[in-house]
Amino acid sequence: MARISSSVYTSHVPAVGAALDLGKTAEAYWQPVFKGYDFSKQWEKEQKPDVIFLVFNDHATAFSLDFIPTFAIGTAAEFQPADEGWGPRPVPKVVGHPKLAAHIAQSVIQDDFDLTIVNKMDVDHGLTVPLSLMFGQPQAWPCPVIPFAVNVVQYPPPSGRRCFMLGQAIRKAIESYDEPLNVQVWGTGGMSHQLQGPRAGLINKEWDTKFLDRLIDDPDGLSKVPHLEYVREAGSEGIELVMWLIARGAMSDLRGGKKPTVRHRFYHVPASNTAVGHLILENN
Amino acid sequence: MSLDKPYTDIPGTTIFDADMSRQGYHLNQFCMSLMKAENRARFKANERAYLDEWPMSEEQKQAVLARDLNRCIQLGGNIYFLAKIGATDGKSFQQMAGSMTGMTEEQYRDMMVKGGRSIEGNRTTGEKK
Repeated sequence: MARISSSVYTSHVPAVGAALDLGKTAEAYWQPVFKGYDFSKQWEKEQKPDVIFLVFNDHATAFSLDFIPTFAIGTAAEFQPADEGWGPRPVPKVVGHPKLAAHIAQSVIQDDFDLTIVNKMDVDHGLTVPLSLMFGQPQAWPCPVIPFAVNVVQYPPPSGRRCFMLGQAIRKAIESYDEPLNVQVWGTGGMSHQLQGPRAGLINKEWDTKFLDRLIDDPDGLSKVPHLEYVREAGSEGIELVMWLIARGAMSDLRGGKKPTVRHRFYHVPASNTAVGHLILENN
Repeated sequence: MSLDKPYTDIPGTTIFDADMSRQGYHLNQFCMSLMKAENRARFKANERAYLDEWPMSEEQKQAVLARDLNRCIQLGGNIYFLAKIGATDGKSFQQMAGSMTGMTEEQYRDMMVKGGRSIEGNRTTGEKK
């Protein structure tokens, strides 16, 4: 049977992708950001995941205001890096895992989570920047990826609670898949940031630190934090952090297993307008 | 009964909810059209004429022409859509975000390097700094 070996959490700041693509990683401004992922790249080489279930949000790229799916699972064989207005990132195409994705869709919908199924979708920085941070600049990504898009652009996004419960349904779905796959679940976005209005540039390190602490030790309590607290304390775009609760919900301690091991934790301000947070949790 | 919107007291912040999205639909879809290179070229060649192809309000068109992003947001624009205008103009996300704060580009960048805008005094309107 398939199993979830670990979960990975990371910001997906577009400027990080640009810095990488333009060869600026050694610059003083960017060095501390990329240093925070040195461990992670090595760790991924050892982990050799078979599939990554990658929770991200589209930033007015694949989805305009014509369709605004709250939860959308990518079931295609492949996904092209999108042109977001600056030209597509020079990164490999993303190969999907249609069979596992279809299995998860069917299982999760029957568990009362009404997913939108997407058979054609370009993927933007929300998905490709985390891959770059964790795998560097390979010719091809090392394994298939199932993109899972969450609406956090138009308010209200799904609640933290809903995301957390969905993560548990995703775990159940993955663990009922017949092939012995090593699956990682990633939650991306955040941490505190605001990109709009006179309050743009907001960073709340104290709140972010508490979020990381609680994500590790008290995810159930954290999942009850209302939207209002996210937007007030972590900025209008900081609400992306609800996506981390999907990945956390997929960990095995939530069905009576042991607590996960924290393999890596990193936090840095700033990357462009944003606080960068990163965490790796391994199932026990 | 009207919906509860407890987020209207956050200073300097417009939450892009369903009401704003309804008002900004054509403005945001115009922005979305700029993801195509040929549309960017047509927009740059004659901004006013290109905008007139969209059923946007005159106020929305003026805000776009003036690149007044705060005004665009008040009129239903969403930052991820408005970013397509910035991309067309060759601006980074940081330049766009900074332009809404009344700070110069350099001041904004410095603020971010020093840890960003503090939450203290920025939680609710009327809060003492």
